[in-house]
Amino acid sequence: MAQVSSVADEQPPNPLSTTKSILLRISRFNPEFDDSNKFMEFTVSYEKWTTVLEAILDVKKHHDHSVAVRYSCRQATCGSCGMLINGKPRLACFTKISELDSNVVTVEPMNNFPVIRDLAVKFERLFDTHQKIKPYLINDDSELDSELDSNKKEFLQTPKEVENFIQFANCIKCGLCNSACPTMTTDSSFVGPQALAQAYRYVADSRDKGKDTRLDIIDESHGIWRCHFAGSCSQVCPKGVDPAMGIQFLRGYLLGFRN
Amino acid sequence: MTRDENKEGIKGMANPGRYGIERIAYLLMRLTGLGLLGYFIAHVYETSNILRGRMGWDDFLAMTQTTEGHIFLVLVIGMCVFHTGNGIRIMLGHGGVGVGKPARPDYPYDPASQNYRHKIGIYSSIVLAAVAMMYGMAVMFGE
Amino acid sequence: MKESTIMKIHYGTALASVGLVAVHILMRLTTGFADSLSYENVLANYRSVPYVIMLELILILLAVHGFNGLRVILLELKQGRVYEKAVSYGVVIGMIALIGYGSRTIIMTNMGMV
Repeated sequence: MAQVSSVADEQPPNPLSTTKSILLRISRFNPEFDDSNKFMEFTVSYEKWTTVLEAILDVKKHHDHSVAVRYSCRQATCGSCGMLINGKPRLACFTKISELDSNVVTVEPMNNFPVIRDLAVKFERLFDTHQKIKPYLINDDSELDSELDSNKKEFLQTPKEVENFIQFANCIKCGLCNSACPTMTTDSSFVGPQALAQAYRYVADSRDKGKDTRLDIIDESHGIWRCHFAGSCSQVCPKGVDPAMGIQFLRGYLLGFRN
Repeated sequence: MTRDENKEGIKGMANPGRYGIERIAYLLMRLTGLGLLGYFIAHVYETSNILRGRMGWDDFLAMTQTTEGHIFLVLVIGMCVFHTGNGIRIMLGHGGVGVGKPARPDYPYDPASQNYRHKIGIYSSIVLAAVAMMYGMAVMFGE
Repeated sequence: MKESTIMKIHYGTALASVGLVAVHILMRLTTGFADSLSYENVLANYRSVPYVIMLELILILLAVHGFNGLRVILLELKQGRVYEKAVSYGVVIGMIALIGYGSRTIIMTNMGMV
């Protein structure tokens, strides 16, 4: 006889717990039916460790399961849950409600990304700009021919050489930097801090021989020169990539300060 | 901006309050740049009054050497000093100076490029602009 | 022209004009601000060839720097092939017009045609 397992009943709150509640305002927008977004408000209880993503999923579970939100790893590794939280781009899984210091938490889709529905946005432009800068190691084919020279089976790097680029390899393509960038608020053609930081990641990699190719790609009227070092990209990056640093170093190559 | 693109538009450019002093400096740089360009064009036009001889020049002075003219000039001094100071800071940053060194990131992932050197540069530009404005007021209103 | 070349010019004109503009402003403090703006004093400034060369340099440097900055802001506000071409040409025309108008004042005053 088949056993039907039921969803475990939720335990009532522990009277000794520090549960508080906040007003969670979620931006709702369906481009097929709506002209503009509207906010729906939910009262959500939270503990000091509750993340914004958990609050949103709580709303989906108990109040309105039609809320569209993208998430996956819940540990700031995949970059799926980027959104505006109280006006600033953040990862919902990496932002605790308690650290927002507010009784009202407003979540909206990231700026500068077209909205699919509610909190889910399209990433095509980010993928396109990322691909544009050739995000892969560019080598001479002769270096890979191990039959001619057995020493060339591997590309060796010293720890110092790794240190030069590893920070920028931490990028999880969450798009928060592109959302925060002031140039991207108005410039549809700008490459964006994510792509520029990744361009530097490869230029700084000692295994790569595509520096000139990439510098030519970004040396255009909507390329690296539309960055004005506002630094907002680095302020919001959840992985410490610091795109602003990479972009200024990359600019050094174009200005002749770096070889 | 189309709704499809979900861009903030100029509102996003002109709302620097969420990201710290660097974003405010970015906005001030834009505003002072446009202000100085406008002043420069007006200045070149006004000073062409010298070609109208003494009367033309004195008419020009009568219009600009007033309290309002002096206050306007004080603002221009402030804009000029801030734009210059912050511009030098930005140029150094663009050359990779003072933006830190790459390193393995670790929690809390504070960005090395948003460091005290550049913050001091921005605040210094603002303070220098204020000092220059006060000096300008002392010179113009002190006579 | 490559964007990197344009930006090198932008930075170069900025750095070059800092000292020159400082001298231009300090000239107003040599004999007292109000006196320095008197008709005779200004004419005397225009008659001095080094000062005139400095003025001309400031005019060119700041016109290039200022209009290029305007071009950057306008390009970021709106995109499109026709618009971007219009902005680029408009800015160059504005630059040339301003330099022409300012140079006319400097040269005519220096030559005593006031």
